[in-house]
Amino acid sequence: MIVIIDYGLGNLASITNALNKLGIKSRISDSPDMIKKAKALILPGVGAAGEGMRNLKKKGLDKIILREIKEEKPLLGICLGMQLLFEKSEEGEVDCLGIFKGMVRKFKKERKIPQIGWNNVMLTDKQKLFQGVPNTTFFYFVNSYYCQPSDKSIVVGVTEYGERFASVIRKGNIVGMQFHPEKSGDLGLQLLKNFNEAIC
Amino acid sequence: MLAKRIIPCLDVDNGRVVKGINFVNIKDAGNPVELAKFYNSEGADELVLLDITASFENRSIMLDIVHEVAKQIFIPFTVGGGIKSINDIKNILLAGADKVSINTQAVNNPKLITEAAKTFGSQCIVLAIDAKKIDNSWEVFVNGGRTSTNLDALDWAEKAAKAGAGEILLTSMDRDGTQNGYDNELVEKISSVVNIPVIASGGAGTMKDFLEVFTEGKADAALAASLFHSRKLEIRNLKKYLRSKKIAIRN
Repeated sequence: MIVIIDYGLGNLASITNALNKLGIKSRISDSPDMIKKAKALILPGVGAAGEGMRNLKKKGLDKIILREIKEEKPLLGICLGMQLLFEKSEEGEVDCLGIFKGMVRKFKKERKIPQIGWNNVMLTDKQKLFQGVPNTTFFYFVNSYYCQPSDKSIVVGVTEYGERFASVIRKGNIVGMQFHPEKSGDLGLQLLKNFNEAIC
Repeated sequence: MLAKRIIPCLDVDNGRVVKGINFVNIKDAGNPVELAKFYNSEGADELVLLDITASFENRSIMLDIVHEVAKQIFIPFTVGGGIKSINDIKNILLAGADKVSINTQAVNNPKLITEAAKTFGSQCIVLAIDAKKIDNSWEVFVNGGRTSTNLDALDWAEKAAKAGAGEILLTSMDRDGTQNGYDNELVEKISSVVNIPVIASGGAGTMKDFLEVFTEGKADAALAASLFHSRKLEIRNLKKYLRSKKIAIRN
């Protein structure tokens, strides 16, 4: 069972709906026991980094996530959930989980912010996570900020919105997607399926 | 590159989709869940569902429909009609919508936009504007186009974007239902005064209309209802055409 971590942000139902469609068992929870028992975790999130970190800390979930990661439990961070994996966000100068070195920065070059819509992901690495997903596939993004990892080797997908940014990262069992795979049609579902099969 | 979006709109009255439905391969064409599934598989980039009568007594039917549709589609899903409060928005989002569209109540109480954006994030607050050309400017109408407001559409769009709206769903009342093309002049003007995406609506009749609203109108997305429901135009073919015209479109 995959646990979708409930920290009061985001449309959790849409991730559940997508996993149900794929026949993958999941549960929305903030219980440390459930998180411990889960075979993998999804850290979702729509909204502001500050509120996200505050909510995680309030429930003690920040420490629990770090502990589970140490034990190599697979984790997928989606949108804000990916950004929170880094050290610090420009959005309110917030300290995040710090699992990866690097900053979360605001888009500066495009006029329309947030980026809302379907954008291409250039796959920069061949791996099972991308099985059945063609290069430059469109995925659905809603973001004003993007991740800038210090370690470029974790970047496996890049996207352009005024500037070029890391839209998919992977290191071992930890994956981050800046777009919403649960809202990106069939190929988004394929990515979730691949995460479940190749990493979990 | 960010793609231009093609958005079918389901106008729902008392639980049934209305407006020129002419599907042959769908068993129950008036059923919003069946239509939503169909458009999801046809390559629609997003789906909008509007409760056009927005009657209070049927609100629960509406939430059931939102819930059922959300389970079946894996593209962004916007719901609008009769939204009056933060609580209405919360219930629609909890039922599985990704965004809500607010029209009349945003005019009556612009603070609702700010409060909603603060609570749920701008990305899920779509401001719907129904605009009608009067002399050389466009006026905002509410209550399904029945009530004039004396608001200038450009001023209102700018103000609403500042208040926290994340997108604008802009309907030309002059073009709506005519299939004579979008009001590209209006769309271009609104698009140039706001820094948020503009969804053009009202008047789509041909593939060329979509091309022009993207090139001349500078729209970020184009919406149509009966044109798609009647099968006069199929989303797959439309997207093929737009790609051949070098418009960035999701395949």
